[in-house]
Amino acid sequence: MGRLHEYQVVGRKLPSAKVPVPRLYRMRLFAPNEVVAKSRFWYFLKKLKKVKKAAGELVSINEIFEKRPLQIKNYGIWLRYDSRSGTHNMYKEYRELTRTDAVEACYQDMSSRHRARFSSIQIIRVGELKTATVRRPYIKQLLTPALKFPLPHRVARGTKSTFLGKRPSTFY
Amino acid sequence: MVKGAFKRLVEVGRVVFINYGDDTGKLAVIVDIIDHNRALVDGPTTGVARHSHPFKRLTLTDHVIEKFPRGAGSSIVKKFFENQKILNKWHNTAWAKKLDNRKKRAALTDFDRFKLLKLKKQRRYILQKEVAVLKKAKA
Repeated sequence: MGRLHEYQVVGRKLPSAKVPVPRLYRMRLFAPNEVVAKSRFWYFLKKLKKVKKAAGELVSINEIFEKRPLQIKNYGIWLRYDSRSGTHNMYKEYRELTRTDAVEACYQDMSSRHRARFSSIQIIRVGELKTATVRRPYIKQLLTPALKFPLPHRVARGTKSTFLGKRPSTFY
Repeated sequence: MVKGAFKRLVEVGRVVFINYGDDTGKLAVIVDIIDHNRALVDGPTTGVARHSHPFKRLTLTDHVIEKFPRGAGSSIVKKFFENQKILNKWHNTAWAKKLDNRKKRAALTDFDRFKLLKLKKQRRYILQKEVAVLKKAKA
């Protein structure tokens, strides 16, 4: 469900005479499929450790599924992205059902607000937030107890015919 | 601006009518509000699986489940829905009756339509006789 999936990718350097059992490195990534997940794994690992795909091997790749996909959670996403003139850190909040939904919303948000594409964004951390630690007012307003609001201007999308006997009403 | 002009509110416990998607035409309950576009909706009695549903694809009804606990599980939704007899209340509304009539009309066979034609003609005859009498009386 959704475009992105969360993967756990584990990889290591190839064993050598000097280091017969190299260290394992594990990453949790968001990617549309396993191929991209593996690719991003090496992309990040190269930045962190002295290892590249040609000199390393993938130990395992597993999809991580959401534990409670029907529970609404507040997610805080820490990310780093390249704009046209520099690279910046950001913190954004989303109210979603799953981690992958939140990250997908983040990518869409970044692309619309900052014209940042998938390749220029690095998700540093996705964390579930407790109500008290939510920082953004647009999320806080949804956390008020006994929240209720009307749906004021209801626009009738797609009437079945071009002509109607009466003007459509926007009040429900 | 008249305060309280909006009687149907998005709130936990509001019964909604699903307009579009797999569950079109079914009732469900708003279990929790995700954001200004979506709600977590559940309808175990009416066969709606618990899922996030956008407001644009549903219509709020006049019915609310009283004292409904936010985020309650499906079994609790079922209990409250049945205890407060929401389906009964719904079937008595003009809205539900209209939908029902539409379904009946769509399911008519040619013979049913013939019977309908005959009945309508009979009614028209009785009515027009009375109208003619009244017109004559007025003239």
